[in-house]
Amino acid sequence: MSVRRLAEVQPESFAFTPENEARCAKEIAKYPPGRQASAVLSLLWLAQRQNGRWLPKPAIEKVAAMLGMPPIRVLEIATFYTMFNLAPVGRYFVQFCGTTPCVLRGADAIKAVLERRIGPAGQVTADGLFSWIEVECLGACCNAPMVQINDDYYEDLTPENFDALLDKLAAGRPVKPGSQIGRRTSEPVGGLTSLTSLYGVDGRSGPQTYRGSPGYDPPSPEPVSDKD
Amino acid sequence: MLDDKDRIFLNLYGFGDWRLRGAQARGAWDDTKALIDKGKDWIINEMKASGLRGRGGAGFPTGLKWSFMPKPDPARPSYLVVNADESEPGTCKDREIMRNDPHLLIEGSLLASFAMQAHACYIYIRGEYILEYERLIAAVEEAYEARLIGKDNIHGWPFDIVVHRGAGAYICGEETALLESLEGKKGMPRLKPPFPANMGLYGSPTTVNNVESIAVAPAILRRGAAWFASFGAQNNAGTKLFCVSGHVEKPCNVEEAMSIPFRELIDVHCGGIRGGWDNLLAVIPGGSSVPLVPAHEIIEAPMDFDSLRNLKSGLGTAAVIVMDKSTDVVRAITRISYFYKHESCGQCTPCREGTGWMWRVLTRMSEGRAQKREIDMLLEVTTEIEGHTICALGDAAAWPVQGLIRHFRHEIEKRIDQYAANPHSEPAAGFEMAAE
Repeated sequence: MSVRRLAEVQPESFAFTPENEARCAKEIAKYPPGRQASAVLSLLWLAQRQNGRWLPKPAIEKVAAMLGMPPIRVLEIATFYTMFNLAPVGRYFVQFCGTTPCVLRGADAIKAVLERRIGPAGQVTADGLFSWIEVECLGACCNAPMVQINDDYYEDLTPENFDALLDKLAAGRPVKPGSQIGRRTSEPVGGLTSLTSLYGVDGRSGPQTYRGSPGYDPPSPEPVSDKD
Repeated sequence: MLDDKDRIFLNLYGFGDWRLRGAQARGAWDDTKALIDKGKDWIINEMKASGLRGRGGAGFPTGLKWSFMPKPDPARPSYLVVNADESEPGTCKDREIMRNDPHLLIEGSLLASFAMQAHACYIYIRGEYILEYERLIAAVEEAYEARLIGKDNIHGWPFDIVVHRGAGAYICGEETALLESLEGKKGMPRLKPPFPANMGLYGSPTTVNNVESIAVAPAILRRGAAWFASFGAQNNAGTKLFCVSGHVEKPCNVEEAMSIPFRELIDVHCGGIRGGWDNLLAVIPGGSSVPLVPAHEIIEAPMDFDSLRNLKSGLGTAAVIVMDKSTDVVRAITRISYFYKHESCGQCTPCREGTGWMWRVLTRMSEGRAQKREIDMLLEVTTEIEGHTICALGDAAAWPVQGLIRHFRHEIEKRIDQYAANPHSEPAAGFEMAAE
């Protein structure tokens, strides 16, 4: 367990934007009648997103009212699930994976970069750009070490390429999510050892390679997403 | 080595098209109606005959699990819930299925739901997998548009899929905690019985299956149980996704036949052990929950449920974490202990208090600040946690520590001797995390 408390300074009120109100209604409609509580995580996600990636107390109360749940039930959910940030975070919020598979591949050096550039965990830099926390396994162990920045995974990190990545973010320049050493996903470095009859050893020359698809082309460089 | 023609995950690495058109070109959704027309009993029998054991870690036979669902009752609709809350340290296979071949999962969900007479399926995906969530949503929409699923679809079995996103809790990978979370509560495991097949989601009959178990079902039904059963040793049938991480030259996900020897898996796909085979120290063969196995025992071992159980470990999720001789093995297991301390839901006292206690003792031991008698005390405490909690998280927290003491007691003792020879008053490193 980890101790998680609400931030001391809280906004006066919270209201969903009309677009998010409509989204909330859509999320609630996914579940059978009378089971609207199932949408609580979705609604908290929407509230957190709208509020600059952290969840204030008025938003928790608002969600409780919308779902007909006692506020304490929603508060205990907000404190139980660790992805809900209960205090403000940086514009680029770095979740650093510090679990054993990443440590074996050099996560300590990545952590040192974060400490040097951003400071202690949980603290937002003075310019509001960065904050970081250590999280448990993010499920990208074949691409360790890795971090998640806002929505995107950044994998196969070294202190050098991670430093450069943070430089680009700080300067507002485009960055490429995923592997930072040119792997497509979790294939072995330097050539496929399986599925070669479909994609060739290089992954790009076999009969199943399909270049026209949005699913094929590596994502074009774009800033770390601030999607919806 | 497994032949490409016998592989199920043909877009494992995302070099092909993940959308419907690409999936169909690889054989997905090919006359699914014919499989459904053979009837639910045929599907369940075929799944039983294939020998598929659940891919989420416990290895329970999937066909048998499906057969536990009671007869449909209009007042209590049956549900299929797909466990996509992949968070076992070392495991990263379901992610590749969901982002690179989501239609395998969707087609499998339809077939599994039909076999269990369920008209609705909930896929619970971990909160961090945002790209995978978006891909899955997009693929579900494609399937609705093509009338492959939906109230009125071409397969004649009304069927809806809801993708539900979690919010960061390892415990929600436990099936009853997952159901609690899906109902809009904290993810705290339920006492069993009643089992989910009788009282699951919203009090209705529910089966919870891992992503990989569901995604392989269409291939098994198309190609036949005998084909799937032809791979792997007796009672360990099929092909399997292995996630190899840690100190190999080329960490990767790969689909291989079950029971592949560890040495072959690593040499063929991962470029060998970093620094050569003599440099191998130990391997955690099935995700952080299973005890580690020292080098000399694992090198020639077949990678399957029964062989690894005989080594007092387990196949788990087939997340193979390799450690070479540069590894501080005490610290590696200490970090795993911290993981369980962090992820314990807090419901049962032995786990809530025990995980933190084990972590604090191990933190001291990794610097040698302990007494040798504490090693046995630690071992005893693990047995007080194991088997004394509602869910298996307590067991999962105890096993890696037991494995460490079983195989590396000498390493802990060496550190204790080293520290005793040179004691100092600096605070133990890593304890700042205790402030959380």
